[in-house]
Amino acid sequence: MKEQLQKDFDNTVKNLNLSQKDIEIKKFSLDNFLNKGFPNRKEEDWKFSDLNQIIKKNIGELSFYNDYTYTNKVDTSEFVDGLEHNKIVFINGRIEKIDFDYEKKEQIEIIDQSETINKFDNNNSLSDLNNALTNKSFKLVIKKGYQLVKPLIIYHTSNSKIWSKNINLRLNFELEEDSSLRLIDLFNDMSEKNFFNIFYDFNLKENAILKNYKVDKQENKNIKYSFNNIEQNKNTISETFILSSGSNFFKSEINCNLKGEHSSAFVNGIFSLDNNKHHEIRTIVNHLTENTKSYQLIKSVLEDSSKAAYQGKIFVNSDAQKTDGYQLSKAILLNKDSEFNAKPELEIYADDVKCSHGSASGSLNEDSIFYLMSRGLNYNQARELLINGFLLDVVEKITDSEIRNLIKNMIGIKE
Amino acid sequence: MENRQKEIDKLKDYKYGFSTDIENTRAPKGLNEDVIKFISNIKKEPQWMLDFRLKAFERFKQLKEPDWQKPKYPKIDYQDLYYYSAPKSMDDKPKSLDELDPKLLETYKKLGIPLQEQARLNGIAVDAVFDSVSVATTFREELIKQGIIFCPISEAIQKHPDLVKKYLGSVIPLTDHFFATLNSAVFTDGSFVYIPEGVRCPMELSTYFRINASNTGQFERTLIIADKGSYVSYLEGCTAPMRDENQLHAANVELVALDDAEIKYSTVQNWYPGDKDGKGGIYNFVTKRGLCKGKNSKISWTQVETGSAITWKYPSCILKGDNSVGEFYSIAITNNYQKADTGTKMIHLGKNTKSKIISKGISAGFSDMTYRGLVDISSKASNSNNYTQCDSLLMGNKCGAHTVPYIKNKNSESNIAHEATTSKISEEQLHYCQQRGLSAEEAVGLIVNGFCKEVLQQLPMEFAVEAQKLVGISLEGSVG
Repeated sequence: MKEQLQKDFDNTVKNLNLSQKDIEIKKFSLDNFLNKGFPNRKEEDWKFSDLNQIIKKNIGELSFYNDYTYTNKVDTSEFVDGLEHNKIVFINGRIEKIDFDYEKKEQIEIIDQSETINKFDNNNSLSDLNNALTNKSFKLVIKKGYQLVKPLIIYHTSNSKIWSKNINLRLNFELEEDSSLRLIDLFNDMSEKNFFNIFYDFNLKENAILKNYKVDKQENKNIKYSFNNIEQNKNTISETFILSSGSNFFKSEINCNLKGEHSSAFVNGIFSLDNNKHHEIRTIVNHLTENTKSYQLIKSVLEDSSKAAYQGKIFVNSDAQKTDGYQLSKAILLNKDSEFNAKPELEIYADDVKCSHGSASGSLNEDSIFYLMSRGLNYNQARELLINGFLLDVVEKITDSEIRNLIKNMIGIKE
Repeated sequence: MENRQKEIDKLKDYKYGFSTDIENTRAPKGLNEDVIKFISNIKKEPQWMLDFRLKAFERFKQLKEPDWQKPKYPKIDYQDLYYYSAPKSMDDKPKSLDELDPKLLETYKKLGIPLQEQARLNGIAVDAVFDSVSVATTFREELIKQGIIFCPISEAIQKHPDLVKKYLGSVIPLTDHFFATLNSAVFTDGSFVYIPEGVRCPMELSTYFRINASNTGQFERTLIIADKGSYVSYLEGCTAPMRDENQLHAANVELVALDDAEIKYSTVQNWYPGDKDGKGGIYNFVTKRGLCKGKNSKISWTQVETGSAITWKYPSCILKGDNSVGEFYSIAITNNYQKADTGTKMIHLGKNTKSKIISKGISAGFSDMTYRGLVDISSKASNSNNYTQCDSLLMGNKCGAHTVPYIKNKNSESNIAHEATTSKISEEQLHYCQQRGLSAEEAVGLIVNGFCKEVLQQLPMEFAVEAQKLVGISLEGSVG
């Protein structure tokens, strides 16, 4: 891998027109990655998902160079119907379209940061890989007091032109005081066997509200890793929803730093998996000051020999009195080969706190099925009803009604 | 009230902190093959036992000391320890208690463990381990009548080699982790219990461990075998003198329960915790593991951990037999600069296996407490169940309480439920108790005892009283 990576790196940098200093930084990140390699199960955070093995088994050799000199045609039929929205379109990792037609132009600033690399540090080699190889990186600034009229959908589209590639994406968001953003990440994959490595950084200034919905629904054979870092100042709210279902492997990490008083973070997720899929959600909520709140709910439905893992950590600093932290994960195993692993973790250094977590996993309740069947449903209907009800609980947590309905339709949950 | 205050004052300091002046026989300092041969030789062990030790030592040399635990400690120089220390008077083992060194007897009297059998009112058979050797085992005759073997393990190696050979290392193999393997190489003494088929042990069996000599590591080994349909309840207590340096205690405890057998293992661990500033104290790095080998077998661990500078242990159950049951009840209390990383592992292999984990952690002062546990239901363990509850209580914002459960479910017919909470003693509760005339300290004691009740109830009577007192003493000075 090393030679290939070095060669691909040189090619990538050649096309980028960077200053010597930026190249140095990128080289440094590359060396870090080369030293550590892809994360494996020896690392505590990757205990349940050995990415190194998964890439080896499903992709084999990756190539890291992407030719971004040609443009891809944007297929408008892929766009979400029935919901007016702003768009950012990535095709095979290349930004093809940025469109904020519904918004006041002066309230949104898009800054090209490709030449000033701001490093991402989260102690994992994938951030080094991302730092070394990202092509373009943008920063989106929502100006003070502006609330986007329509949601923003980021389309992550890929087509059969790429194969065994590593694609690195990087976006930064700054929500100034009193602003708000609704953001949907929509994965549309027509490609196979690629590794996507996506890093987002959110900075929420006072009273800002962020709602981020990640939807990985479409069946595909890709491997994905996504990391969201969310910095939260006073009175901010972040809401994250993850539908983890379509990809072969998907690990989503959410890191929330509740730095300002009365800030709160909500993370809700659904695993709906079949075949050999293997997904993971890992959350870290750092309560760093007084009167902060976090709430997490993760539900899984696992068919065939699919595997899901949830690692959630609530950290409470000794200054963070009056913290309210809650975490719940529930899983239904439908097949004897399916597997659910959880590590719900509490690390608490303050005494006046209310923190709890719960985790349960097991089979579908036969009594409930019997009850429904005695009311005239057949076995499959009863099963479906129970599963829908189980998952609906999480979908109902979505606070935006337009998007809630959109996602309900996508999953096919009827009320 | 005044009496109680006096009692508290008396107990406030670590009351087991005295050391006894007894001449010791020691192995040469350091860890090497010669020391292991020395230990084996002095114990008059057969060749197979020496081979067992040497094999473990070979393995040990390849192992690295683990460092993933939460409480960090300064590096231990394993060459700077004595691996064997015994009172000189034990060189020729006394035939009866009357021949015991009076100083030893006095030590145990101070500890509240009278070894004279007639002094026992409630009939608990005691095996007392002083530094590296077992000094006395009481009530032996009575037990022998029923076919129960309760003796120091060094004696069992000579008298019951078949049993020891068959089961020693069957639950904690030679190739286990760093400290367990070290123990396999250098263990000095400990208790051996065998309950024959169908026998219900008529009394509680108990071992009392005491570290006396300085610079000594204590490595004892306990092996309990409950044959088909038998039952035994076993208690373990520990104390050590106050010393400024840290002392290592790395014991191995193996339990084997055959078909329909039940073992109940209770520990009240009160090793010297170090002083107010965290100086001294015992490093308690113990490996305890039970194997439910037969069907319908049951192993239950109950522990009250109040002592030690660092406690690092996970009493575990391997539920191999169908319908077997594992239980873990724990109270861990840390105060001042104490640190604990404790919990359990429940490994479900057989069908219809059940496990239950109740863990209560209390941290005060500058201490740090971690519950770390594993529940693993394998794909063959159909229809199995686990229930876990871990609650933490924090006193002050200088201490920490952490919960790190690992939950693995590979069987769709099995259920796992886990819940954990962290809280503090509420002002309302305190106010209510104080309004009824209790002092703040008494109120805390009462509330904490209530918090721990589920676990305290699991302890045998005699221990429950001691444990309840310990809970109160350990938290002395943490409120106000």
